[in-house]
Amino acid sequence: MTNIHSTASEMASALAAKEISSVELTKQHLDRIASVDGKIHAFLHIDSDGALAQADAIDKKRASGEKLSPLAGVPIAVKDILAQKGIPTTAGSKILEGWRPPYDSTVVAKLKAAGVVILGKTNMDEFAMGSSTENSAYGTTQNPWDLTRTPGGSSGGSAAAVAAFEAPLAIGTDTGGSIRQPAALTGIVGVKPTYGGVSRYGVIAYSSSLDQVGPFARTVLDTALLHEAIAGHDERDSTSISAPVPQVVAAAKRLDVKGMKIGVIKELSGSGFQAGVSARIAESLELLVAAGAEIVEVSCPNFEYALAAYYLIAPSEASSNLARFDSMRYGLRVGDDGSKGAEEVMSATREAGFGKEVKRRIILGTYALSSGYYDAYYGSAQKVRTLVKQDFDNAFAKADVLVSPVTPTTAFKIGEKSNDPVAMYLSDIATIPVNMAGIGGMSLPVGLADEDGLPVGLQIMAPVMQDDRFYRVGGTLEAALLSKWGKPILSNAPDLAVK
Amino acid sequence: MAAISRDDVAHLAKLARIEMTPAELDHMATELEQILGAVKRVQEVATSDIAPTSHPLSMSNVFRDDVVKPSLTNEESLSGAPAKAEDRFKVPQILGEE
Repeated sequence: MTNIHSTASEMASALAAKEISSVELTKQHLDRIASVDGKIHAFLHIDSDGALAQADAIDKKRASGEKLSPLAGVPIAVKDILAQKGIPTTAGSKILEGWRPPYDSTVVAKLKAAGVVILGKTNMDEFAMGSSTENSAYGTTQNPWDLTRTPGGSSGGSAAAVAAFEAPLAIGTDTGGSIRQPAALTGIVGVKPTYGGVSRYGVIAYSSSLDQVGPFARTVLDTALLHEAIAGHDERDSTSISAPVPQVVAAAKRLDVKGMKIGVIKELSGSGFQAGVSARIAESLELLVAAGAEIVEVSCPNFEYALAAYYLIAPSEASSNLARFDSMRYGLRVGDDGSKGAEEVMSATREAGFGKEVKRRIILGTYALSSGYYDAYYGSAQKVRTLVKQDFDNAFAKADVLVSPVTPTTAFKIGEKSNDPVAMYLSDIATIPVNMAGIGGMSLPVGLADEDGLPVGLQIMAPVMQDDRFYRVGGTLEAALLSKWGKPILSNAPDLAVK
Repeated sequence: MAAISRDDVAHLAKLARIEMTPAELDHMATELEQILGAVKRVQEVATSDIAPTSHPLSMSNVFRDDVVKPSLTNEESLSGAPAKAEDRFKVPQILGEE
């Protein structure tokens, strides 16, 4: 019986076999949202009418025998950083409160064309700047595993929605780990595709050389299906790669890693990682060896500088990108009483509309780019980027994929790091190098830490446009873990609907 | 590196067009100094023989034929404007400042 706990591929099969209609399936998810989202706060906007209309249209097309895409009729949640025509899109910021985009981002347009039913927009750290959703101007999302903890961020709303069975699929963005880290902290699968693999057109920009859109789901295959639905060249994104999309669905189904070399990154293991995290990673490697893979150790000595470089590069790009929020053409305008000039109104609006972390990064970026400091900060950070890329090149010469924990710890408590920016930044230490080099990476749930019973994520990385490799390894490992556990990892999470 | 003063932050805030309160400036100066202390590590390895990487892809300009394609209507473009008049964005006074 298909229900909210089914996988997206099971839902797709049931829809194709007409065992359930998209309208019924969409209603089930809207009911689930109504019953649990008060606790989770995954959504900023729920578009019930739009979703049901979209579902009804798909059902009619199916009834008339029209050929449909694999995920047609399956619901999805979309991070509130992607423009969707006519639907409030805030990027978690007060400066965009009430803005309804006059156009669809390419990813949203592709989802609509594929008949994927958009339930609503999900919560996030303001402009994707954060690792916990605590920087959202609209309140924090709670982790479905433990409501006192964060789901990670910045795509925390999308991850929590999938983990809480409010949606089987979700879209996120990942600039320094914003898909992989929340996936790890909520026990689901999340993928940051190769930079340029998915169009950024209509995605509100944070750090343009690092931002990438990607999929969330509860299984590797579901993630792959969504990946293929959104990927591909887009002439409206000049950084979009003009090459065939990696065959990630076929890779997810392969269930074989014989002869593959798995590189364990020495610098992203051992001290600095919670014991329960390291233990689950070690067990995963044993399972991969049992499946025929070979483990090799690789060294990436410059990764220790990647975090520092990221917190110069991303704020620098952000200080430029966020200049567009000038109160002139859209969004908030404050203090325009006829007596003030444009610059005064602009400054007052940005003061009122941006949150603390956003201001912090704009000021930091402005500093790093200012004359006299440019070479010492931004210039040096760009050199570190070269070194990080070289480390990856050397490591991939020895291994087909690289692995590490996604995060140093399991989900942290809400408020634990919110007053210590540097401590918060450290939660992205293992994910940032991937963005710096523009390669792709997956977060796969590999068990629960003994100390706290919370999910642990394994990061699997592959060279540029070889995203199929981490789907192949992830799919194989997922199957081995499932046969070991006898049930999906999320069946260990509390049942939120219990009154 | 010299300490970040409140005046430095005030200058940056002016460049970034963010009107900050004195309390915010003080707080930001402390935080900025903390963060810069952590990120200046990049200088340890950034030697002169290393080429900078500004972007993960080596790209050249992307061109297309100069053909008019459908785009937003005037009404759609103005749909989110805080103020509009005569089919245009209405903005506060720009000239005559300073």
